[in-house]
Amino acid sequence: MTDDSQTAKTLQTADPTKAQTSPSISVAGAAPAITPDHETDQLKVTLGEFEGPLDLLLYLIRQDQVNIYDIPVARITEEYLRYLKLMQELDLAVAGDFLVMAAQLVELKSRMLLPRDPLAVEEELEDPRTELVNRLLEHEKFKAAAQMLWSRATVEQAVFTRAEIETDKNNPEVAVGLFDLLTVFQKILARHKEEVLMEIEREEVTMAEMIERLRNMIRSAGELNLVKFFERAGSRRELVVAFLSVLELVRMAEISLVQRETFGEITARVVTPA
Amino acid sequence: MAEHSQTAAELEPEAIEAVEADDEVQGMREISATELKGITESLIFVADEPIDSKSIAKVLRVDQSAVDEAVQSLVEDYAERSGGLHLREIAGGWQISTRAEHHEHVRAYLKSKPSAKLSLASLETLAVIAYKQPVTVPEILEIRGVQSPSAIKTLLDKRLIVAKGRKETVGRPMMYGTSKEFLIQFGLKDLSELPSIEDFQDLAGDLANE
Repeated sequence: MTDDSQTAKTLQTADPTKAQTSPSISVAGAAPAITPDHETDQLKVTLGEFEGPLDLLLYLIRQDQVNIYDIPVARITEEYLRYLKLMQELDLAVAGDFLVMAAQLVELKSRMLLPRDPLAVEEELEDPRTELVNRLLEHEKFKAAAQMLWSRATVEQAVFTRAEIETDKNNPEVAVGLFDLLTVFQKILARHKEEVLMEIEREEVTMAEMIERLRNMIRSAGELNLVKFFERAGSRRELVVAFLSVLELVRMAEISLVQRETFGEITARVVTPA
Repeated sequence: MAEHSQTAAELEPEAIEAVEADDEVQGMREISATELKGITESLIFVADEPIDSKSIAKVLRVDQSAVDEAVQSLVEDYAERSGGLHLREIAGGWQISTRAEHHEHVRAYLKSKPSAKLSLASLETLAVIAYKQPVTVPEILEIRGVQSPSAIKTLLDKRLIVAKGRKETVGRPMMYGTSKEFLIQFGLKDLSELPSIEDFQDLAGDLANE
């Protein structure tokens, strides 16, 4: 344990400035920061813009200022593993990708140690590091490409086009106003008056029950003709509750009301979150 | 009038009636160059997305080459005037927009802030997709060295990338490519306008010299 905290401290002192110097956006290899938290006496690790094992490797290569075509595998592997250990120590969720890379590095290191096969053909004497170097360079190219996209997007955000024009295309249905709704309600109320001659039993339907009924009816059918909904009401009081529950669901943005033509039927629909 | 009836006679019998009934449409086919230029500008202005000369020609029932000429002439006008607006080619169409250099004032008026940028992971994933498309998730992983499920989801949500079918290989993974929205948001005429990925070689090569 003592040894590990020692490692952490060494890492920290080896690289005290890099975290602060990184500008607001730096795509290629931002530095991780290891800062002591004085209150809890613990080290805090921020991985900065480390994305994956390739980024960590590139960072280590840069930090050591070594030639990417001649990576000192043993040294870099050691440093890589030290970082990995530190990350695990600090309970950072180390992605599996980091472990895969660690295994590849260790394998590479061992291959470097093996003497070359004296009988091998010249072409087979390829540097075992080549594959890794190519991957790193490829990765670096795409990091640069990402930087380019970032600046393009920034420029493009400074360019404005005109605001959207209201056309029939983007507004196919006439939105329903409160008065349209009231008109429909009034019609039904009038019809109701004619039909129901006497009320025998007083039925108590609460707002909550009515909202639930409305919800279920809309959900099951996808949409609901409001006239039909109102007509189901058994009493004037129930009708009022029904009307209020429609308003309530509209207010809560659970349903929307649409009317395809002026004075046409009003349909309630479930609002799909955008 | 003589010329008119000759034209009508050359048309399909059932079309004659329509043409005669709608003299205005007949007139539309003989739009003067000046008028065509004006109409073209109007259409580019009202179009929601960059509009190509083919679509304009179709609406106006004129030759596409005539529209192309009109657009070129408009581009020259805009450049010469060097006013607040810009006529430019984006995503294979034409669009009128404000000039980038006026963004501060436009933003101040609109009270708009630059919208949330893509995360580094998303940008990198987008770069890989833009240059390697159509590309599968395992191929993206190979280059980035790290899984990017949330980045791909973000890019799909923002409609910057689209699924481009499945690759006929083990597991038939989904392939992704960039969308028209990508071209629009990054101000590109088409994909060929992206700098070659090899141009970034030099940048990457710096590592060797350090």
